[in-house]
Amino acid sequence: MASLNTLIAVCLIYVAFLFGVAFAAERAGIRGRAGWLLRSPLVYTLSLSIYCTAWTFYGAVGYAARSGLEYVTIYLGPSLVMIGWWWVLRRLVRIGRSHKVTSIADLISSRYGKSNTLAIVVTLMAVIGVTPYIALQLQSVTLSLSIFASAEGAATRIDSASSALWVAAGLALFTVLFGTRNLNANERHHGVVIAVAVEAVVKLVALLAVGIFVVWGVAGGLPQTLARIDASPIGTWQMQGSRWAALTVLSAAAFLCLPRMFQVMVVENDDERHLQIASWAFPLYLMLMSLFVVPIAVVGLDLLPPGSNPDLFVLSLPLSQGRDGLATLSFLGGFSSATSMVIVATLALSTMVSNHVVMPIWLTLRTGGATQSGDVRDVVIFARRVSILVIIALGYVYYRASGGSGALAAIGLISFAGVAQFLPVTLGGIFWRGATRMGALVGLGTGFGLWVYTMLLPGFGAGAILPAGVIDAGPWGISWLRPQALFGVEGLDPTVHAVLWSLALNSLSFVVVSLVTFPRPLERLQGAQFVNIFDHSGQARGWNASVAESEDLMIMAQRILGAAEAQSLFQSEARRQGLSGHLPEPTPKFVQGLERELAGSVGAATAHAMIGQIVGGTSVSVQDLMAVADESAQMLEYSSQLEAKSRELSQTAAQLREANEKLTELSLQKDAFLSQISHELRTPMTSIRAFSEILRDTEGLHPEEKTKYASIIHVETIRLTRLLDDLLDLSVLENGQVTLNRQSGALSDVLDHAITTAQASTDGRIAIRRSRGNEAVMLQTDLDRLSQVFINLITNAQKYCAADAPALTIDVARDGGAVVVDFIDNGSGIPAQARQVMFEKFSRLGLQDNKGAGLGLAICREIMHRLGGDVVYRTGTGGTAFRVILPQAQSLAAQ
Amino acid sequence: MPQPGTPLFLERRSYRVRRVMDAVRLLPVLGLALWMVPLLWPVADPLPPVQDGAATPVSMSAALTYIFGVWAGLIVLCLLLWSRARRIPPDTAPSGQG
Repeated sequence: MASLNTLIAVCLIYVAFLFGVAFAAERAGIRGRAGWLLRSPLVYTLSLSIYCTAWTFYGAVGYAARSGLEYVTIYLGPSLVMIGWWWVLRRLVRIGRSHKVTSIADLISSRYGKSNTLAIVVTLMAVIGVTPYIALQLQSVTLSLSIFASAEGAATRIDSASSALWVAAGLALFTVLFGTRNLNANERHHGVVIAVAVEAVVKLVALLAVGIFVVWGVAGGLPQTLARIDASPIGTWQMQGSRWAALTVLSAAAFLCLPRMFQVMVVENDDERHLQIASWAFPLYLMLMSLFVVPIAVVGLDLLPPGSNPDLFVLSLPLSQGRDGLATLSFLGGFSSATSMVIVATLALSTMVSNHVVMPIWLTLRTGGATQSGDVRDVVIFARRVSILVIIALGYVYYRASGGSGALAAIGLISFAGVAQFLPVTLGGIFWRGATRMGALVGLGTGFGLWVYTMLLPGFGAGAILPAGVIDAGPWGISWLRPQALFGVEGLDPTVHAVLWSLALNSLSFVVVSLVTFPRPLERLQGAQFVNIFDHSGQARGWNASVAESEDLMIMAQRILGAAEAQSLFQSEARRQGLSGHLPEPTPKFVQGLERELAGSVGAATAHAMIGQIVGGTSVSVQDLMAVADESAQMLEYSSQLEAKSRELSQTAAQLREANEKLTELSLQKDAFLSQISHELRTPMTSIRAFSEILRDTEGLHPEEKTKYASIIHVETIRLTRLLDDLLDLSVLENGQVTLNRQSGALSDVLDHAITTAQASTDGRIAIRRSRGNEAVMLQTDLDRLSQVFINLITNAQKYCAADAPALTIDVARDGGAVVVDFIDNGSGIPAQARQVMFEKFSRLGLQDNKGAGLGLAICREIMHRLGGDVVYRTGTGGTAFRVILPQAQSLAAQ
Repeated sequence: MPQPGTPLFLERRSYRVRRVMDAVRLLPVLGLALWMVPLLWPVADPLPPVQDGAATPVSMSAALTYIFGVWAGLIVLCLLLWSRARRIPPDTAPSGQG
């Protein structure tokens, strides 16, 4: 048998070890070393395990022994919350980080317009709600000590009251030492977190060790254990469905709202990515913690004498088997569970109490207000220490008052239901912009009142606080007000009844009052920021700080942050603003940032109030809100305008580039044309000169020779004239000076004329195919000009068609209202890059010949434009194809 | 309606990221549904069954296996999704809800 003294010695050594670890972590944190460990996802996940308190360690087995699998609901809820981190936790952590939230009370007060009233209400509710839980831890440690004592024999009976007192004192000492060392921004406590992580490992190892011992050491293996479970009193599924669902919801709610969970999950969070890792790692931890609960309970019920307290099977089972070492380990596990919970819970609560209750009162009492000199930090730290002592003392008093008798699970559920009242307000605050401060106050009040009336007071037992008559018949005999059968709903399980009514009416009144009240400007501002946390994490401006004196701000900041830190903060801001002195201009942005820094130490509401005293009240008005909205709307509009402009610019640039390319090409063509035209002019001129010189100078020419030379001169002159005519024609067309000679005639006649003319001028080697049936179209246009176009196209085909047996198909068709005439030859077509410029003046394809000046197509197009039609190149016909389009007005259907 | 500036369709990689995030979002719903299945199980009735052949209550070992099996399954799924999402560089990860 392990003697009680050995146990206490082991306990003390363990505590000393924890002190050492916490101290080392604190030192390493200050020096900035070991950051990889302090800020690792592993430590984050393990620190979340303060959810598993002594209630889990001892109570779960007792719970299972009494009501089967129901205990597991307490871990299913949090597992679901963690697995569903994306929905709620992600938002909470982001909000906590970007608004430097210090506690759940701070979150709620900050969301609802930095309302201090709300902060005080939440703080008081949290203290009342968590007190039973702290009492539960004291009770479990005391109970576990008494087991060892009773095992040792009656000689060393221990006084449960005094041992609880000692435990409480030790916990208070640890919390004061490590929880209030610094008034750091963001309230991060490396020492405490690392100690909690170590304790998390100890309790997991202890519970697993007992479980493995029971399954393989006592029961003799897994199949035997399962058989034993089925044969035990809890061997079948016996569960009220309502309890199963309600407890799962309740534990999920409590997991989000417990001040200590908020502390480790949100406030101590270093990196949002840790949350994703914890999303599977923490459910794993919970599963391992609850894995062996049922086997231990079943084997305990089997082996231990009837009447033993099932809450202590984890201890008494190894003791009864003579495994003192295992029992000691198990005791340390339970001790760890209890201590880590008490430490973090009191730390979280003391932060809330000092920030939201003590500081505002102190600020009001000191009429000098925030500008007064003197270090506030001492006050804050002192307030925290006192709060820690008071909270632990309250837990102790509750323990004594409740007689330390109730089953652990029942006490735990009371506490859970109390803090779960924060859930509607918290979720409403982060998802619904319409939630207002009045709604939150009424909702919290309703829920909390109902919880006290239906759960907390009856929990002390009939006659303790509420007279038995009230519980049985209702106050003043009004039966529908009975605490455990409200509105006449009877037959419900008391826990389900209390959770259902309190949460339902809480949510209802919160929503209804929010709907009918109108929020203050600051509430709307904060609401928008909390709900849209992922859209714009930046803080909107809140202060009109021109009236604030930097010096006043400096004095105040020094009192809260400490002289050195405040000075460096102000100096860096001054440098950023480009000022040489120590004091920056109090720009709204700076004041906002300063408020946030202060909020990290004393909470949002207090920081807001302190800044408000200097700057002169809250400066946010509806106009400011509108301005903020306007600003962002303007920015949005401006950026979309910019976008449109840049799109336009890039389009214009592309067009310019295209035009430039075209111009360059044209200029090249012009150069080529000039040399070509000089050549064209020069060749006939040369022969004209040469032959005219011969005619003039040579004596005795035969008349035939004279005639021959004169006709050469004549032909060359005609060629020159034609060239000049073309140029003149084009210039006239382009200048729009042409007068159209409108007449009516048949398309077929025009084509006939064109073909005859074209073939007359050359050798007419091209075969022309026509479809005369379609050509019966009457036209009302300048037929001579149209004929000119046709002649040009046919001549082109004759000149350039490279096929062995050149053929030209002339096809007439109707396209919509217009008549189209296609000239398709069986040549090689025109290369794509040439198509762009072939209708330009002086454009010639390649170097084929020197017969044309490259004006034909340009003239054709000009004529067709004048006639209101067009001529285009057709692709996809296999040869070169032009389409002449005659608009409707000019084509009259032949009768 | 998509906001201006955000593409309507995504390339394969970003598409995958968004679907992984969808799975992350739906996982707790699946967990809740599976863990509420015990509500449908027959409960040992204190009164004798009215008719023969009434459903026999589920044994504790079966209940344990079911609940812890679901638990382990959810943890494994969550782990897989996490490692899946982690392999994708954060700059391509969508910031919005997508």
